[in-house]
Amino acid sequence: MRVFGDAWGVSTETLIGAAELRAFLHGLPGVDQVGAEERAARLATRSIKTSAKAEAIDLAISMVDLTTLEGADTAGKVAALCAKAAHPDPSDPSVPKVAAVCVYPDMVEVAVRSLEGTGIGVASVATAFPSGRAPLEAKLADTRAAVAAGAAEIDMVIDRGAFLSGDFLKVFEEITAVKQACGQAHLKVILETGELSTYDNVRRASWLAMRAGADFIKTSTGKVSPAATLPVTLVMLEAVRDYRAATGRQVGVKPAGGIRTTKDAIKYLVLVNETAGPDWLTPHWFRLGASSVLNDLLMQRRKLSTGVYSGPDYFTLD
Amino acid sequence: MSERMTKRMSDRLAVRKTYKLYIGGAFPRSESGRSYPVTDTKDRFVANASHASRKDVRDAVSAARKAFGGWSGRTAYNRAQILYRIAEMLEGRRDQFITELRHTGASKTQAANEVDAAIDRWVWYAGWADKISTVAGAANPVSGPFFNFSTPEPTGVVGIIAPDSPLLGLVSVVAPAIVTGNTTVVIASEPAPLPAITLAEVLATSDLPGGVINILTGHRTELAPWLASHMDVNAIDLTGVPDADVPSLEDAAAGNLKRVFRASEDWADDPGTARMTAFLEVKTVWHPVGV
Repeated sequence: MRVFGDAWGVSTETLIGAAELRAFLHGLPGVDQVGAEERAARLATRSIKTSAKAEAIDLAISMVDLTTLEGADTAGKVAALCAKAAHPDPSDPSVPKVAAVCVYPDMVEVAVRSLEGTGIGVASVATAFPSGRAPLEAKLADTRAAVAAGAAEIDMVIDRGAFLSGDFLKVFEEITAVKQACGQAHLKVILETGELSTYDNVRRASWLAMRAGADFIKTSTGKVSPAATLPVTLVMLEAVRDYRAATGRQVGVKPAGGIRTTKDAIKYLVLVNETAGPDWLTPHWFRLGASSVLNDLLMQRRKLSTGVYSGPDYFTLD
Repeated sequence: MSERMTKRMSDRLAVRKTYKLYIGGAFPRSESGRSYPVTDTKDRFVANASHASRKDVRDAVSAARKAFGGWSGRTAYNRAQILYRIAEMLEGRRDQFITELRHTGASKTQAANEVDAAIDRWVWYAGWADKISTVAGAANPVSGPFFNFSTPEPTGVVGIIAPDSPLLGLVSVVAPAIVTGNTTVVIASEPAPLPAITLAEVLATSDLPGGVINILTGHRTELAPWLASHMDVNAIDLTGVPDADVPSLEDAAAGNLKRVFRASEDWADDPGTARMTAFLEVKTVWHPVGV
């Protein structure tokens, strides 16, 4: 396969020029829109039942990035969310804990303190989330503050304006700068696919982010509609699969926003397994950015264990 | 020419109606894709009705839960207006209901009388919306500087296993449950489900918010246990359940301490307030005075 001609042997540290980057991104094969949508829809019809469903639910719970990104967030709310992250269903200790808690930078300290000893990481959005419209210096300061407060993962947004106007190098350099500011922390790059308008752009943005050093590529901020969709995630999963084939480096994927039901979550798991492969089916390489889906997963889990339908009254409000 | 027209008209293919479920204001097919044939008293095929599954019960309960806040939050006057509007729409479908009741063996006069009685019953319950709190509530005398009020509040989501009286019985169990602000999941009569779905068409074209009444057709013995054990259902009306099945359903309903109501009655009799008060909870408020 020579489609990704100059992608072979690309290292993230390579200094590259605007022309090379543009040529590379525009040289990526186009996405078959109808084909991608059909395949995503086809995979979504897989029926996952009984013991397979039970396993899928537990896996999905362990992949959740429990998120609260509201202007109205308080320390108390974050602490409550952290308690839920460690023990999603306090009445059932067999429920796995979630992968991480995702908060705004100023709440990182509270989250880190609340999660001490649980082994759950704190992810922080940064770089003028959700619009990304701030000077680079401010974005870097935002990132450094979050890392200094103890965030193990940084969710940055790309400059969609620059990307859409074709200034790929600016986006690339911003990502590398933020990656540097992250230090040891993992970097998730939010593409905000709802604003990228085409699947071709999603594929280009994925490759751009991965080449700039992203540890994860993430669909959306959750503040723009449409947020994560199955076809968009399919395109991104293909990108990480092809990127690993080309460079040997594995990058994770995180769909975020719009995942509300257990059925949705299981559809994503099927998509991961069939597209990127089972290597990605761990919380280390695949995350679900959501909060409301957790209660639905817990309700379904209890339905499987008790045999009767449960209700939202028996789980925490958040 | 005209002869050909006549011939063509008599050859016209029958436009058969597809009866579906009524969940959250929409008419989906059963999640299971199943249906069952409905026959008249002479065993002739009338129509296929959806054969709902437990997942349809689950979907209907979430639709009812979602609708509860909005419906119970409306003013009693508004609920009365909406119920009256439904009665207006029922009146417009009179002939269709009569035809459907005749399939169940009723004579023309009997069918017409039953439809009239059902519409009248609906209007009667509509009038109760803004009166029930006066009848079922109270201003209580207390020995302290307080106003003390007891006001009835809707219970929440009410599951209803409807009796086999396909229209009058159905109306008599559904109207009292919703007029006070509850939302419902109704399992329609198994042998005669068609008037229930026609009622759903009436509801969909009236001002009733989607999800306040959800109607499922199918096998009662299959659906009732899921409704009775559902932890997000607050009360259940077992009127349409045969005696033998009641204990097991009551057991299942005890899981979350559902209110259980069952009263068999002659539907032609004047209804009392029992069916309304069965699905009300009383809230008592102590309001300080002179402070």
